[in-house]
Amino acid sequence: MSVSAAQDNSPKAATDDIVEVRNITKYYSPDVHALSNVNLSFPRGQMTTLLGPSGCGKTTLLKIIAGLLEPTEGDVLVNGKQVHGTGPERAFVFQDFALLPWATVLRNVAFGMELTKQDKREREDRARHYINEVGLAGFENKYPHELSGGMRQRVGLARALAVNSDVLLMDEPFSAVDEQTRRKFQEDLLALLANENKTVIFVTHSIEEAVYVSDQIVMLSPRPGRIHSIIRPEFSRDADPDEIRRDKNYLDTVEAIWADLRKYLD
Amino acid sequence: MVVFGTRIPPVFSLLIWIALWEIVGQLDLAFILPPFSSVMQELVLLIQRNDFQAAAWLTFQSFVIGMTISIVFGVSIGFIMGTSKIANGVLGMWVNIFASAPLSSLVPILMLLFGLGQTTIVVTVVLFSTWIIALDTYAGVRHISPSLVEMGRSFGASRFQMLTKILFWAALPEILAGVRMGLIRAVKGIVIGQLLVSVVALGRLFRTFSDNFQFEQFWALTVTLFIFALLFSSAIGWLEQRVEYYAKARI
Repeated sequence: MSVSAAQDNSPKAATDDIVEVRNITKYYSPDVHALSNVNLSFPRGQMTTLLGPSGCGKTTLLKIIAGLLEPTEGDVLVNGKQVHGTGPERAFVFQDFALLPWATVLRNVAFGMELTKQDKREREDRARHYINEVGLAGFENKYPHELSGGMRQRVGLARALAVNSDVLLMDEPFSAVDEQTRRKFQEDLLALLANENKTVIFVTHSIEEAVYVSDQIVMLSPRPGRIHSIIRPEFSRDADPDEIRRDKNYLDTVEAIWADLRKYLD
Repeated sequence: MVVFGTRIPPVFSLLIWIALWEIVGQLDLAFILPPFSSVMQELVLLIQRNDFQAAAWLTFQSFVIGMTISIVFGVSIGFIMGTSKIANGVLGMWVNIFASAPLSSLVPILMLLFGLGQTTIVVTVVLFSTWIIALDTYAGVRHISPSLVEMGRSFGASRFQMLTKILFWAALPEILAGVRMGLIRAVKGIVIGQLLVSVVALGRLFRTFSDNFQFEQFWALTVTLFIFALLFSSAIGWLEQRVEYYAKARI
């Protein structure tokens, strides 16, 4: 691997890992081998991106971590304990938003808490707080079809934040959103997460997006998906977003990943 | 409808047909077709008759009971078929057969089984409308976006919550379309059923009128039934429109 950013190939980092996957293998059918022996650690409070070309099993891996899919072999550990199925410590943000079309923004954001039978007043107060946080104040009583794609995904994000999970799982959250909205959304997401102390596992096929938002990038190789390399981009995140996008380290990292991934395209 | 650049309300075509009916009736061409105006006069008299009111009430009651049973059964069968492959294999064929079979031929058998009372009418309504409701519900359930189901699971929905808070609402547009189709079939069922049995409720009135060549009364009764069916169908149509917006908004 020839990447200028620092490498971290040891699965056991010194930091505290909130999520671990061990020897995950997934067959959809005897012929469809999606993941092969994946071992990964996700440090607490950091943003890890699963990056790779389509068909590399990144969404499959995310759904296994979420408990939405059963691995054929291997374990998922959250806070050191093996988990089966979904759990309140993990919240999912969907690629196609997965909002209830018949419910208002307010009810959609509060829906996770509605399912856990929280008091209506309490959950709506909490939902209003997060609607505000994602920048949708004033849209509480709108329906999803009255919102743009970017705004719908903000609803999806607010819903995941409102249930107070430690881990946020995001499945290509910006892929259905246009490019300008996407950049703004990435910036807002980072600003929002700075105060939330969440661990984020983020799936994307956009190299720029991965480098821009991540503390750790896991590159997967396709068919069957296995870990190709792990990169920790090193540039200061204190600068303003436009400066970061012009930062030499940022651009070099993007370039190095592209050079590395392009061989899968042939 | 637009004629020469002028918008004409749909009622207009109805008016033309009524005018035509009146003219043909006045010309006295066929004794089975009295003028529309005398049919209307007869309608006013008819709805005041005790035997009509009793028959209409009995029919209406049977209709509502039958539709309620159909909706409960149809929606349940549709959900079971939509969520279980095995159930779909077992039930699917039968539901399809019943949905397309000429059920009128079964009515005399129902009469033998359930007697000459209200039960037969209710069973006829159920038999006519359940299957289309089941088929539409099934289509609605199959249509539900898998990510809505995953969303429910990831936020910890119980099976009951999944059904009542997500699946039912997601399939509602198709369910209502099915209920409307079921309703129309049920009206057909009730008319055909009562005509074939023709010893209870409106069926007996129909029989009496046609046997005695009372065509004013006969047509008045028919028009009443039409209006009744139209009203029911528009009520469901109105409900459908209220959920239409999210049927379109679904991804």
